Parts: sequence; structure tokens; C-alpha cells
Amino acid sequence: MNGALLEVRDLSVVFDGYRALAGVDLTVQPGELRFLIGPNGAGKTTLVDAITGLTRPAGGTVRFEGRDLAGRAEHEIVRLGVGRTFQTSVVFEGLTVVENLDLAASFRRPLWALVRRRRGVSDQVAGALEIIGLAELADRPAGVLSHGQRQWLEIGMLIVQAPRLLLLDEPVAGMSAAERERTGELLTRIAADHTVIVIEHDMEFLRRYASAVTVLHEGRVLVEGPVDQVRDDPRVQEVYLGRPREGAAGGATGGPVAAVTAAAAPPGGGGTE
Amino acid sequence: MTATTPQTPATPATAPRFAAPPPAPPWWARLGGPAAFTAVALLALVAAPLLLEPFRLNLLAKYLCYAIVGLGIGLAWGQGGMLVIGQGVFFGLGGYAMGMYLKLHEAGGDLPDFMVWSGVERLPALWAPFASPAFSLVFAVAGPMALAGLLGTLVFRRRVRGAYFAILTQALAAATVILLVGRQGLTGGTNGLTNFFELFGQDLAADGTQRGLYLVVAVVLGVLYLGARQLLRSRFGRLLIAVRDGEDRVRFLGYDPATVKTLTFAVSAGMAGLAGALFVPVVGIISPALLGVVPSLELVVAVAVGGRFSLAGAILGAVVMGQARTTFSEQFADGWLYLQGALFIVVMTLAPRGLAGLAGTAREMWSSRRARA
Amino acid sequence: MGAVINQLPIGLSIAAVLLLIALGLTFTFGQMGVINMAHGEFIMAGAYTAYLLQDWAGRQAVPVALPVAFVVAGLMGLVLERTLIRRFYGRPLDTLLLTWGVSLLLQQLARDLFGAPNVQVRAPEFLEGGLGVLPYNRLFIMALAAGGVLAIWIYLNRTAQGRRMQAVMQNRQLAAVMGIDTGRVDMRTFFIGSGLAGVAGVALTLVGPVGPALGTYYIVDAFLVVVAGGLGALRGAVAAALALGLLNSYAEFWTDASLAKVVVFAAVIAFLQVRPRGLFVLRSRALT
Repeated sequence: MNGALLEVRDLSVVFDGYRALAGVDLTVQPGELRFLIGPNGAGKTTLVDAITGLTRPAGGTVRFEGRDLAGRAEHEIVRLGVGRTFQTSVVFEGLTVVENLDLAASFRRPLWALVRRRRGVSDQVAGALEIIGLAELADRPAGVLSHGQRQWLEIGMLIVQAPRLLLLDEPVAGMSAAERERTGELLTRIAADHTVIVIEHDMEFLRRYASAVTVLHEGRVLVEGPVDQVRDDPRVQEVYLGRPREGAAGGATGGPVAAVTAAAAPPGGGGTE
Repeated sequence: MTATTPQTPATPATAPRFAAPPPAPPWWARLGGPAAFTAVALLALVAAPLLLEPFRLNLLAKYLCYAIVGLGIGLAWGQGGMLVIGQGVFFGLGGYAMGMYLKLHEAGGDLPDFMVWSGVERLPALWAPFASPAFSLVFAVAGPMALAGLLGTLVFRRRVRGAYFAILTQALAAATVILLVGRQGLTGGTNGLTNFFELFGQDLAADGTQRGLYLVVAVVLGVLYLGARQLLRSRFGRLLIAVRDGEDRVRFLGYDPATVKTLTFAVSAGMAGLAGALFVPVVGIISPALLGVVPSLELVVAVAVGGRFSLAGAILGAVVMGQARTTFSEQFADGWLYLQGALFIVVMTLAPRGLAGLAGTAREMWSSRRARA
Repeated sequence: MGAVINQLPIGLSIAAVLLLIALGLTFTFGQMGVINMAHGEFIMAGAYTAYLLQDWAGRQAVPVALPVAFVVAGLMGLVLERTLIRRFYGRPLDTLLLTWGVSLLLQQLARDLFGAPNVQVRAPEFLEGGLGVLPYNRLFIMALAAGGVLAIWIYLNRTAQGRRMQAVMQNRQLAAVMGIDTGRVDMRTFFIGSGLAGVAGVALTLVGPVGPALGTYYIVDAFLVVVAGGLGALRGAVAAALALGLLNSYAEFWTDASLAKVVVFAAVIAFLQVRPRGLFVLRSRALT
């Protein structure tokens, strides 16, 4: 376990007496693409918030490359190499696409060096523009982008920072089928040379792109393992349906988890949990 | 400064500065930047001293001092989203630094006149360093920057922001005034520091001296304007706008917004301090009434009238409001307060982007008409 | 030791006045994000109400004025909310400048109506004298504030209207979706909050003269109470008003009047290092 990139141990988060996380363990190895699923209120976003410093844990530890993340400010954690996106993308609408990327790429420069004006587009930013497919919109304000394009821009802003761990919070929520397709390709491409954790509600997306899955339920890890194994686990079916289904075995097309999607996961992303 | 400013009024969602939006702007807007600046600079540096009578030129110098404060407000508020309603404090620090130097120089080794009247017998230690003009000038800028740096660090690091921050700056202004008024022997109390006759061996009442002072103020303003504009076009400027529009998001890009905000706040405070130091020889007085909550807010509103998202708008607003106040209070003193109040309400309600915003809207309408034609 | 006790009623009555003023601000700020600088002029309006009622009610003007001032100031707030503030939702910082313009107008109006010099309101006979170090007029102000807090508490927790108000304060969108007419609730909030400022104005006539700038002396401190107390929290406002009122009067006593405000300011900044969002806050996960 010593080679683990991220080690979460017995993590708990309490909101005004409500235990949003109740002792979560999670280990992610370098190079992994891990999916994090669970019904609304399971604590997926809370877990990501606690890892990235947005929420203070009530107990437990988060170690990244052996370093304790507890008590560090968000920007310090980013500087250690942990990047994330949000459910509702928050690109800077007043800046152009290329400025958004450039700003993200410049985060390791000392502040005084930022007083110089940007000349041209760095290779890194140009590369990211290519990957996320927004090269033609480079000089348009980010405010004019569609929802899908904003998500890609946000992913691009992560890539240029070369983080060693990426946390993506529902990257395909609210996307059209075509956009989802492209995001999937983007994800495959990023996962080839990054360690990625993805929160996702969309089971179709999960089936196509996930290898390892962690299921959260009521602030705890319920099941963890390869996607097929998790899909057939009766406990997973139970939490998604509220009670075990009679004849729960998965003869149905796409498996029970897929069947369950419609009930548990509104494609709109359901907002908070 | 005219409406054809070098600066596109930058609301959170307007066009970027170095990438032209698809419909090409009219020639005068493209030419706008350097040409307009040169025109205004010529007007300010050559035409005004030649054409204006000394009294008017002196008033203009005063407005330009306010415009320097306004520039700082435009930077902190318009670009950085920090509503600073206590800039009078920094203006006052700079003003008092300069006033103390002038007073000591006037006294020529003795106690300044007001101290004698208040029964002070020995020069307070706080005053001693201000016998040096160099120290006084450096302090006029560095003092406000340090105070703003301290306040910004304490407040922004704890993520106190928005209305809270505005209220705190206001409370600082209120407390400062009470402190200055109460310490009669140290500060001259309500009267402040006045009766200055000489600056660096020049007679302050002479027209020549005042013309020189005017030129100094105008040049300082021009240089600061260009500097601020460069700052905004730099990555730091982009970062500042990003902090304004999404402070928490900026954190997840690995930047500490508190540092960005504190630095910007300090820069705007330094500008106010310098303005205060220039104001004192131009106007001949610095007193608590010039730096309390009311004058601080008046400057913010002047910036709003001119256009908070545009640096040139901020300058324009300070000059226009200064002139308006003079014109109207010369004619009907009481009416001015009604007019001022009503103007704020109208501007905030109907034209939140101010005069510069109106100019921008006119320009957009013009170019869209041309595009259709 | 004697000084500590002598200073107590002064501190407590400052706290009481601050509380009456800050209650209204807490709710309009907490619920609607409005920073109402004209709140100070509602205080002034309340004080002048008592002054005008002297012609008719003589020395009973103060007790008679209490309900009248509540309605007068409340209506002023209502009009302000309906005509102007309504257009400024989501722009809290702009409301500050807008309402400051209103505040200037109202001050000048008062100057034209009542003259620039201060006027006096004579206290009723039953408030003359006192219990030892505790003058009746200051006791009356404290009782008024306590009554105000109690009334607000009952309103918020025991009436349907008050619960709706709390719902809007905690989550405006959700409250609207649940069928609460948020516009109406905003109007009521503004009416009550401004009315309390009017009551505070009447109370102030008992301890000092009345002038067009009366409100400006209190508004900054009242805003500090809101900052230190936390948004929209009744207990926060009470605790912060008490703390700042007492600190103010003791700082004035131990240092001098000119330093007291600096001490209070420094104390608030120091306090924000520990509790940056005030004493009591509603947690939210929203990313701004």
C-alpha cells in the first residue's frame, strides 16, 4: 500500500450534527481511473470536498503522496498536485478561453512574474486547446461557451496544471449524447497518463469508461471493485432501489445497475447531495 | 479624459481587450487607445495651464487629486470587486504626512502654531521624523500601503469579503475621524493642519507654484493611469478579474485570492496616500472632514458615475463630480445635496456602468448598425 | 470598582440602542443581502416623530411616539423597498451606494423641514430620576430593547409569517418554490426592520438631542454589530450588540472618547480572526 497516490483513512465529515461521511477508506494507486458512485446524499461530493480542502473533516486522514492534507488551504492542495472540477462548471466568463487556460497554466509562477503581460500562447496551453477541442474559440469570452464546452474548458484548465491526481465531479451531467461521447473520449485520453477519480451518476457512461468503482452509501464505502463485480453485488442494487428486488439476479439487459439508473440518477445531476 | 477611452468598459462579460470581437469596431474606437490618451494628455498638460485662470487651474488640480484616489477605487472595486468605502483614511494618512512636514518646515524648529494654542510643550515623538521631506513623501505612500496590507491580510485571509469588507473599511474611516478630532494637540483636531506658505522654497500662494503643482499632479495621474492599465492587461490583471468573478474557484487554480486582493487593496491605498500628499499643497489644508465616511463614499460614487469598470471612467467620474459640486454649491448650496443624492440613485438604478458604460453602449450600437448596413 | 458599576447602565443602554438598530439591519441584510445605509435616517425619522408629537402629547410624547414612529419608519422602509431596492437583488454592494444616496436626500430633507440645529424632546416625568446608579430613562431603553427582541423572537418562531420569513432567509429559491410569496415577505421584513429603527430613534431622544445627522452616529456601529453577530441570527445580534455596546462605553471610560472607536474596530477585526463569519452562521455549501 506504500505506493498509493491517495490514501483516505476513516474520514468523517459532520454538517451541523449530520454525518455526511462516517469513516470512509479509499486508496487510489498511481495511474488508476476510479469511478465514485452512490445515490444522492451518499457523500460523493463531500468526499471530494474533504480531499481538496473545501470542507474540514471532523476526523480521519487524507494522505496524498504520503503527505497529510489536513488543515491545508485549497490552493496549497492544488499546488501539491491535486486538481478538481465542479458539478456546475465555473470558468471565468469575463476572460477568454485562452486566458482561462493561461491563468490556470501560470499558477506556479511567482506573483511578481504575473505582472508581465502575456505574449502569445504557450505550447502547453495550445496543446490543451487542441485536446479539449476549443482551438477555434480560443479568443472568445468563456461566457459564450455552451455548457459542454465549459466543462471541457474546465478539464483543460486542469490538464495545463499537470496535476498528479484529477477529481472530476459529474463531468457529463446535463450533457447531450454527443457531448457525452466526446467527454468520454477526452476522459480516456486523460486517464492514459493521469490518475483520475470521477464522480458520476450516469450509468451508461460508467459502463463504457469505468474499470474500478467505489460505491458510497450513507457516508460509507459500500462496495469497491471492478465494475462487473460491483454491478452484480446485491447490496448495490439494494441501496439504489431502497430494498432488495425479488429475483435480483442480472439476466436483464445491461444489468441491474443500468436498470436502476433511471430511478436513482437524474441526468441533470441533481445538484447537491 | 474623454469618453473615447483606451479602455473598453469591462463588465464581467464584455469583449476581451487583445482579441477583437467579430464585428470590427469603428476606426475611432480602434484608434481610441493611444490617440485619445495623447489628446487628453495634451489638453491637460498644455491647454489647461494656458487657458484656465489660476483659480480654476487650482480647482482642476484638486479634482485630479481626487481622480488619483478614484483610480485606486476603480482598481480595487471595479476590477477587484472590493468595495472600499474608507479610502479617505489612506488619503488622510498621505495628507497628514505632507501636512506635518509643511507645518514643521513652517515652524522652523519651533512648535507648530496649533500645538502652542493647545498647550503642547514639546514636539511629540510621532512628529519628529516628518521634519524630513523625503521621509514624509515615502510615508505618504508606504504608510497607507502598510495599513491596507495589514487590514487586507487580517480580513482577506479569514475570507471576510463583500459587504463585510465594505462595512469594515467604513468603520475604519469613522474611527479615524474620531481619533483625529479627539487628539487636538497632536493633529490639530477638527481644524486639521492648515496655514501652509511654502513648499521646497516656493511660495505656495504664487500662481507659478500652483501651476507647477498642477503639472505634477497631472503627470502623476497620467503615469499611475498607464501603470494601472498595464497591470490590468497583465496576467495579474486577469487574475484580479478572476478573483472578482469567482474567488473560490481561483483557489482551485492554486492561487491564494487573499494575496491578490491584499496587494491590490494596498496599491489602491498607496494611490490614495499619494493623492493626499499632493492635495495638501494644492488646497492648503488637510482636516478630518476631508477623509471621513462621507468624502470616502462620495469618491466611490464619483467612480460609479464615471464607470467603475473602466479606469478612465473612474478618473472622469472624479473630475466631473468635483466640478459639479463646485458649480452647484456656488449657485445653490442646499440644492446640491438633493442633486447629489438623486444623482446617485439615478446612476445606480439606470446606469450601473456609469458614463463609460453609456459610451460603451453607444459604441456597440454604432458598430452593430454599421454591421447591419 | 465604582466606576465599573457607574459605567454599566451607559454601556447597557448603548447596547440596547445598537440592538434595536441592528435587529432591522440583520434581517434586511441577512434575508435580502441589502446593506441599507438609509437605515440611519429611519432612526432620525423616529426621533423627529417624537419631537413633532410633543405639540400634541406634551411630555407623554415619547411613549405615544413609540408605535407611531414604528409605523412611520416602517412605511418609509416599505416605500424604499418597493420603489428602489427591489431592483437591486443580487447586487448587495450596489444597494449600499444606492441607499446612501437616499440617506443624503433624507438628511437634507430633515434639515429643510426641521432646521439644521438640534432639537430636544422632553422626557416624560415618570422617567426622571432613577434607582441608584440606574437612571430610569436608560432602564426604559433597555426594557424597550428587551421587549423588541422578545417580540421579534415570538414573531419569528411562533407565527406563520415569521416562519415564512425564516424560510426565505435560509433558502430564497426553495421558499419560493414552496409557494411562499417572497416579495411579500421582503416587504414585511423591511417594514419591521425599519420600524425598529424608528423605535430606536424615539429611544435616543431620551439620552440626547435630535438632529438631521442623528442616524449617521449609530449606523456604522450598528453595521459592526451585524458583522460580528453573523447574518440573520437573532442571538448573534443580541450578543454582539451587548459586547460592542459595553466595550464602547468602557473603552471610552478607560482610554478616552477618541480612542474608543479604534479599540472597538480592532476588537471586531480580532474577533473575525476567530469567527470570520460572525458569531452565528447558517452553513452553506454554495461556491461563490
